[in-house]
Amino acid sequence: MAESATEQVIAGIPAADGLVVGRIAPESGARLGGRRVGNIAQECEALLAAIALAKEELAALVAGEDELAAGILEFQQALLEDDDLLAPIFKAVQSGGSAHGAWDEALDKEIAEYRSGEDEYLSARAEDLTDLKVRVLRAFAGKDTGGQAAYAEGAILVAEDLTPSRFLELDWRRLGGGAIRGGSKTSHVAILARARGIPLIVGLDAQLDHLAPDAPAVLDAEAGRLILAPSDATLAQIQSRILARAAGDAAAAEALAKDAVTAGGERIQVLINVDDPAILEGLSPSHCDGIGLTRTEFLFEGNEPPDEAAQLSVYRRILAWAGGKPVTIRTLDAGGDKPIPGITMEAESNPFLGQRGLRLSLAHLEVFRVQLRALTRAAAEGPLKVMLPMVTLPEELERARRVLDEVRAELAAEGIAHGTPALGIMIEVPAAALTAGDFEADFYSIGSNDLVQYVMAAARDNPALAGLALADHPAVLELIKRSVEAARVRGVEVGLCGDLASDPALVPLLLDSGLRSLSVAPAQLGRVKLALRGYGGKAKSP
Amino acid sequence: MSDAAKDLTEALGEAVIQDPTGLHARPAVKLTKLAKAHQATVEVRVGAEADWVNAKSPNAVMKLKAGHGATLCFRANGSDAAAAVAALVALVERDFDG
Repeated sequence: MAESATEQVIAGIPAADGLVVGRIAPESGARLGGRRVGNIAQECEALLAAIALAKEELAALVAGEDELAAGILEFQQALLEDDDLLAPIFKAVQSGGSAHGAWDEALDKEIAEYRSGEDEYLSARAEDLTDLKVRVLRAFAGKDTGGQAAYAEGAILVAEDLTPSRFLELDWRRLGGGAIRGGSKTSHVAILARARGIPLIVGLDAQLDHLAPDAPAVLDAEAGRLILAPSDATLAQIQSRILARAAGDAAAAEALAKDAVTAGGERIQVLINVDDPAILEGLSPSHCDGIGLTRTEFLFEGNEPPDEAAQLSVYRRILAWAGGKPVTIRTLDAGGDKPIPGITMEAESNPFLGQRGLRLSLAHLEVFRVQLRALTRAAAEGPLKVMLPMVTLPEELERARRVLDEVRAELAAEGIAHGTPALGIMIEVPAAALTAGDFEADFYSIGSNDLVQYVMAAARDNPALAGLALADHPAVLELIKRSVEAARVRGVEVGLCGDLASDPALVPLLLDSGLRSLSVAPAQLGRVKLALRGYGGKAKSP
Repeated sequence: MSDAAKDLTEALGEAVIQDPTGLHARPAVKLTKLAKAHQATVEVRVGAEADWVNAKSPNAVMKLKAGHGATLCFRANGSDAAAAVAALVALVERDFDG
């Protein structure tokens, strides 16, 4: 076999966990070729036929799908019955436009409108409109949209992008997994892939025409990479990980619905980290003890910071999902590797040691106050806790608390319902870890990602320093122990919410350090619970 | 009252959205389907000030961006206007269940 090429790794973003050894299979969906435009009557008929075919295809898809998938497709079906949407398109065709052009233009206009607003939910529905747009455009070419192409067993699908309905059409019993250039972790396709356990990476950093059909490849959707021409050593390593996964998956799936207890019967709190509330759609709150970290950076991705009402509706939705379980929401943690135009400083020489996290919020009180108002109002509806990132000195916490007190007084004066959220800090700066007892915080949460990089002086995004960025280094564990002890003395809660807690292999070390509350990536819940079940007490004697 | 006048009976009603996630895609589809099951023209808006939109258009209903706690106002005109409004109000009040 001519498989002597050198191994090449293409980076992507892991969207649905898993490992596949297979061959590249480019998406074979038909493209809309040069369609011949007919006279007005023919064009009207072509549009009617395309819509009818799209309806037929959607109905067939819905019939074979579960509740989650059918729910996503149902809205598209309804749009094809929407006279208000369709009438202007037929009108455009009657005044001489091409059927596909009129459809394309009208849908693009709607998609732009859905995307333009602040409303996060409506923007996400633009994805459904795009899906429908493409389906009808394909339908102009007639039946068979390429959905039934025969893929080799275990093939790795590569595509520019995948729409939800296209995803559902593909034969995932044969395909092993997918890698797409577009998409995000919170797209419907990513949610569907996770729900079905289909390994998927998004944001693939490659030109697709560089990926030859049938080229041997490894899809590592745990780490978010596609490996072309994998070496024998890589293959052996991946195969052993696949075996370990298979054994672990079954046990983890079983542990997921069970209580989080150690072998000794001790109940451990296990919460989840939320990057974007869209992921909650496919998760059951009964599998966890609440949300230990909600990152709010996703709210600030637009050109303007979100207003109070927009934030409030998101926070309320998260509380509603949790149904009375505690929800910790972190105030904006911009800066470092998460720049936000107009808020973060440009061109800081060392952004990780720069104005980030709470430092930035205290420098932009106008943004901070709006977030605290929305959080305080949401706290009227459930057990919401506010967590401050990147705290270094007790004075910073006190300044934040004064702003929070002012905001509550304001809301009271305005007669607006609000609550009294607990105010806690993240322990991620070594100075704060060493002096945790000096902070009048209502709770502590150890942010291990930053703590590790600051303690080890090794950037976490630099692969050359992977040997130094050791989450289980004794210096890191010592700081965790001190923080736990400070919390015990002050009688407040302490937990850990970094990637460290999501690694089942490191869970015993965290329990040894005295931690009894872990906040983990949702996909790791089952595996972490399984690791807890295997913990019988001190892993190593002192 | 003449028969013609009876045909143009207007009915009004309103209900508050219970669902914590607001009027998202599934409820919006249910609402338009129920509106379409009636002869009357049915319109909907959020609150008392906004412009009315066609309650039989899922696209228009989706774009209302009606969140949790928002009041949906209905207005129907036609022979079964009263029944249409009553059914829609009931749908919202039972939180789009069933």
